[in-house]
Amino acid sequence: MSDVRARPHAIGSPMDRIDGAQKVTGTATYAYEWPVEHAVHLYPLQSTIAAGRITSVDTAEAEAEPGVLTVLTHLNAPSLTRPDDPELAVLQTDEVAWRGQFTGAVVAETLEAARAAAGLVRFGYAPREHDVVLRADRDDLRKPEHAAQFGSAPGDLQDGSPADSLLGDADAALDSAPVRLDATYTTPMYHNNPMEPHTAVVSWDDGALTVYCSTQGSSFSQMLIAGVLGLPPDRVRVISPHVGGGFGSKVYPHSYAVLAAMAARTVRRPVKFALTRQQMFALVGYRPASIQRIRLAADGDGRLTAIAHEVAEQTAKAKGYADQVAVCTRLMYTAPHRRTTHRLAPLDIPVPTIMRAPGEGQGMFALESAMDEMALACGMDPVEFRIRNEPEVHPESGLPFSSRHLVACLREGARRAGWERRDPAPRARRDGRWLLGSGVAASTYPSPRLPGSSATIRVTPDGHHRVLIAAADLGTGTWTTLTQIAADALGVPVEQVEVRIGDTALPPASVAGFSSGISSWGSSICAAAERLRQVLESDHGGTVPAQGLEVTADMPANPDEDRYAMHSFGAQFAEVRVDRDTGEVRVARLLGMFDVGRVINPKTVRSQLMGGMTQGMSMALYEHSVLDPRFGHVVNHDFGQYHIAANADVHAVEAHWVHERDPHTNAMGSKGAGEVGIVGTAAAIANAVYHATGVRVRDLPITLDKLLP
Amino acid sequence: MDVEITLRVDGTEHRLTVDTRTTLLDALRDRLGNTSPKKGCDHGQCGACTLLIDGRRALGCLALAVAHQGADIVTAAGLADGDGGGLHPLQRSFIAHDAFQCGYCTPGQIVSACGMLAEAEAGWPSAVSKDPGATDVVLDDEEIAERMSGNLCRCAAYANIVPAIAEVAHR
Ligand code: FES
Ligand code: FES
Repeated sequence: MSDVRARPHAIGSPMDRIDGAQKVTGTATYAYEWPVEHAVHLYPLQSTIAAGRITSVDTAEAEAEPGVLTVLTHLNAPSLTRPDDPELAVLQTDEVAWRGQFTGAVVAETLEAARAAAGLVRFGYAPREHDVVLRADRDDLRKPEHAAQFGSAPGDLQDGSPADSLLGDADAALDSAPVRLDATYTTPMYHNNPMEPHTAVVSWDDGALTVYCSTQGSSFSQMLIAGVLGLPPDRVRVISPHVGGGFGSKVYPHSYAVLAAMAARTVRRPVKFALTRQQMFALVGYRPASIQRIRLAADGDGRLTAIAHEVAEQTAKAKGYADQVAVCTRLMYTAPHRRTTHRLAPLDIPVPTIMRAPGEGQGMFALESAMDEMALACGMDPVEFRIRNEPEVHPESGLPFSSRHLVACLREGARRAGWERRDPAPRARRDGRWLLGSGVAASTYPSPRLPGSSATIRVTPDGHHRVLIAAADLGTGTWTTLTQIAADALGVPVEQVEVRIGDTALPPASVAGFSSGISSWGSSICAAAERLRQVLESDHGGTVPAQGLEVTADMPANPDEDRYAMHSFGAQFAEVRVDRDTGEVRVARLLGMFDVGRVINPKTVRSQLMGGMTQGMSMALYEHSVLDPRFGHVVNHDFGQYHIAANADVHAVEAHWVHERDPHTNAMGSKGAGEVGIVGTAAAIANAVYHATGVRVRDLPITLDKLLP
Repeated sequence: MDVEITLRVDGTEHRLTVDTRTTLLDALRDRLGNTSPKKGCDHGQCGACTLLIDGRRALGCLALAVAHQGADIVTAAGLADGDGGGLHPLQRSFIAHDAFQCGYCTPGQIVSACGMLAEAEAGWPSAVSKDPGATDVVLDDEEIAERMSGNLCRCAAYANIVPAIAEVAHR
C-alpha cells in the first residue's frame, strides 16, 4: 500500500469543488438531462390498495389517447429473470404488496400525454385485509434474516451484523443495580427525499442497454439491472457523473430503472422516466420506524453495569430489510452485562431502505437520550458520565479501535460550547417567553471499506494523469477529493490530475454508501499510483514513454481490517429555545466536534458534517411520514406536508474536528464523514429540550403538542 | 392542443410548438434543452425551478409556457453569461463558501438570491422585517434566511448559503 501520509500537499487543503462552476450555472448533467434522440416519456401506474390481487385491467381508453405508444401492465410486461431483490421484480404478478407499488406504465410521445393517459387506466382489485401498524406488542415480531430475505450478504441485519448480541446476564444486573433506567423511545418513518427525483433515461442499442441513472453506485446498479433483465453486466452501461443527493435511497431502489428498461424494449425507443416527488414516497425507500426499549444499570459511581437495547422495527412483507438500530450500542460504552436485539414487524407497506446512518440514526437517538436520563439519575454531568463509561477496546469484540477520540471530542466540544457555565437544573433559564436549554450527545458511525473497486491511471509524457474509477459524487465532493488524493499519491500538483467518475465504462467502484466511498476509492487510487511508480521504474527507467502508460490496480487488502474496530466518532452540543406558551422549538446553535480521521478537504467535509447535523435537526423537529392505517399510504407525501428544514429554521451550525489521522483505516488516514454528522443530533436536541423545559420527549419528532401541558 | 409560441430565454428567442399543458419548466428542460432550472417537486414546494421572469423570481413548474409569450426569462446559466461570460458574483460566492453539495437546488438558489436582492433593493419587507414601512432593507442573516426559505436544500447547505449571499449583498 502506498503511503501518502508522508507527502501532504493537496490533501488537507480547502480546495473549491472542481465541478463548482457547473453546479452554480446548472450545467452539470443529472440523469434526466442527458440529450437522447427520439425519446418518449413514461408515467407509472400505482396500486390503489395495500394488499391483494389485480383482477381486471382496462387500458383501452388510455391507449386511444393521442401520442400514447403503449400501456404496460403485468398482463403484457416482458418477463424478468427472478431477481435476488424482490423489489426489482416489476410487473411480474397480479399480486399487490403495498399501496403505491408499480402496477403499470404509460409510454407516450410527451410527458403531458403519458400523464393524462395514466389517469384513464382502470384496475379492478380483490383486496386483502392489510396490516400496516407497527406495535411492540405484536405477537408476530420475528428475528431478521437478511441473507435469507434478499441479497447474498451474510448476517441478519442490513450491515451484516447479527440480530442479537448477548454478553453476561443483563437482566440479573438490571435487577440488582442501585441506579436503573427503563425507557422506551420511538422514531417514525422518515423519507430520504433527495432533491433530484430518482430518474432513469434508458436506450437499447443492439441488445445493449444504456441507463443514465441517478445512482449512488453505477457499478452496483449495473449489476442489479443486468441481473433482473437477464443480461451479462457488460451489456448494461450505467452513466451517472452527477447525482442530486441520495442519502441512501439511490443504492438499492432501482425498480424505476427496470420499468423504464422494459418500456424501452417494448416501444423500441429511448425512454425518459423521472419519479414525481409524491411517487417517491412509495417507491424508493425510507428509514423504517422503530420502537426501542433501553434499560441501563449503574453502580453508585456512575459506572454502567448493564446495557440492554431491544428494537422492534417495521419492514415490508415484500422484502425483509432490517436496519442495525442497536448495533451502535454494542460499541459505545463499557459494561459487563449487555443485550441488544432486533425484531421485525413485516407489514403491507413500501420497502424500506438505507437512509443516512441507517440504524445509527434511530439507535443513537434512543441510546444518547437514555444516557442523558441516566446521567441525571446518577447525579452526574452528561459529558462526564459518558467519559466515565468510555471503553478501552470494543466492548463486545474486544478489538482495539483503529482510533477513537470521542473523549477529546466531548472535552473540546464542551469547551467550545461553553459547557462549564451550564446550570444542570432543568427549566431554570429564560429569555422573555423563551425557555433556554442545552444538551449533548455522542455520535458514531462505522468507517469500513467495501470491496469491488479498481482504479486506472493513464499518464502522458507531458505529465497529465487521467484517473478512472466509476465512483459517485452525490454532493459528497468526490470529484474534488479523489483529485486531491490522486495528486498526492502521484506526487504531482492537482492541475496535472483529471479524474473521471460515474460511468461503468470506467473501472468498477463500490457504492457511495456506508461512509466507505473515499476509503475504498482512495485506497484503490493510491494502489494504482504505486503500481504506476513501480512500472515506470522497472520497465521504463523512470521516464514516461512517448505513447503514455496505463496501469490498473484493485483496492489492496488491508490486514488491519480484521484487527481493529474502525469507526468515526463525534460529540454534538445543541442550544435550544422553547416558547413557553406555544411549545415552538428553535435550535439557536448546533456545534459538532468530530473524529473523522485525516480530513481530505476541510471545505467539503465541513459541508458534509454540517449538512448531516442540519438533517439531524430536521429529523428531531420536523420530519415524520404519516402512514394512514386505513389505506396504508403516506398521507403527507410532498414537500408541502413532509417538512424538511428550510433556511429560516437553521441558525448557527458549526462543525469542527480533532486533527488526528487514523493509522489503520487506509493509506490516507481518513475515516468516514458522510453519515456521522446526522448521528446523535436528534438526541442532543431532545436533551436540550429537556434541559429547557423539564419535559422529556422520547418520541420523535419533537413537535409542540408534546411540550405543552 | 398545440400552440406555437416564442420564448426569450437567457437573451435568445426561441420559436417552438408546445402542448397547452406544458409548464414553462418542462418547455425549457424538455424542448429547449436548457436544464439549468431543476425539477424537484413540480408543485411549487421546493424552489429548484426558480427563474427570473421579467426580472422577478418565479417558479417555472407553476407557470404555463403558453402564458409567457414574449416574457424575458433568465436561468442560472444566463446569469453567468450576463457580464462577459464569467460567473455572476453570487455564483462565485456560492463556490467560495461551498454553499451547495449535490448542486441540484443550486441554480434555483442562485436565481432566487438574485431576485431577492432586487426585492430588498426595492424596499420590499419580509415576515421578519422589524419595520415593514422602512424603505431601506438591511439584509442581515435573519432577513436573508427568511427571504430564501422558498428554496429547499436537502443537502442542507443553508449555513453556507446565508454567508454566501450576505457577502454579495454587503458589497
Ligand atoms: S420544481 Fe418548482 S418548486 Fe419544486
Ligand atoms: S445542494 Fe443538494 S439539495 Fe441543495
